[in-house]
Amino acid sequence: MNIVTGFFYLFSTVLIASAVMVISARNPVHSVLFLILAFVNAAGLFLLLGAEFLAMILVIVYVGAVAVLFLFVVMMLDVDFAELKQGFLQYLPVGALIGIAVLVELVFVLGTWFQAPGELITRASAVKPGVSNTQALGQVLYTQYVYFFEISGLILLTAMIGAIVLTLRHKVGVKRQDIAQQVARTKETAMEVKKVPSRVGV
Amino acid sequence: MQSVIADYLPLVIFMALSLVIGGALLVAPFALAFKAPDSEKLSAYECGFKAFDDARMKFDIRFYLVSLLFIIFDLEVAFLFPWAIAFKDVGLFGFWAMIIFLGVLTIGFVYEWNKGALEWD
Repeated sequence: MNIVTGFFYLFSTVLIASAVMVISARNPVHSVLFLILAFVNAAGLFLLLGAEFLAMILVIVYVGAVAVLFLFVVMMLDVDFAELKQGFLQYLPVGALIGIAVLVELVFVLGTWFQAPGELITRASAVKPGVSNTQALGQVLYTQYVYFFEISGLILLTAMIGAIVLTLRHKVGVKRQDIAQQVARTKETAMEVKKVPSRVGV
Repeated sequence: MQSVIADYLPLVIFMALSLVIGGALLVAPFALAFKAPDSEKLSAYECGFKAFDDARMKFDIRFYLVSLLFIIFDLEVAFLFPWAIAFKDVGLFGFWAMIIFLGVLTIGFVYEWNKGALEWD
């Protein structure tokens, strides 16, 4: 057994084990931590396939950012663990039914799938030798697939504006710094002399 | 394929070594450290008085917003890497494609700045 096969079995075993732990762990926070482990191992599998850029993006974006979002969601839900466990048996039949349906669909799709003749050759010759994975991606992403690239930019813009519109609520009556306004204060605008009548007060 | 593995050999060694050191530091106290627990030592400490409630509480949603905005700019930077490597191959067309992409996200950045989404009250 060569070293690549060894690493493949290591990554895929840990990946499947942690994926099982994601759905079976009692504590949702532990589930998210196992999800991070699964992401890291998936990145290892991508590395073995030679897709270096994808592997690094998986680590940066999924492990570094999306997992944090999942943790926030889990912590914001304020899960009551006792209550969570109660519903498990109640929802088990429905969940099992959906799982079996998906499994049957997958079997049908994979059973009828076959590789087109000559497909392997086109796939193998897609990247010129001596060109790294990231460079090969860059060569087509900004020229041949430029529309998809710009659309991804628009999707990111939508996500940004959507998040701000949905969650941003400024508290009223909070005093912020406004440098220009503060510097522009003069004696006239800042001070006022009041005539106080005797024995009446302000 | 074999070269990819050779490239990442230092990373594998680094991870294996950090795993060994981390594991050793985690396991060693169980075997070596002096233990004499009692209920007062193990209870949560909150400035001298009894803990009010659970430490696990709901987060402010604004953390979520900050994190989401971070991901978006994280992705923007991730798109810059292949572009920088293939800069000579993509030519002027690729250059302007990236400038438009950056421009679109800059619109979002200006919006976010003006809305005060980067400020924490």
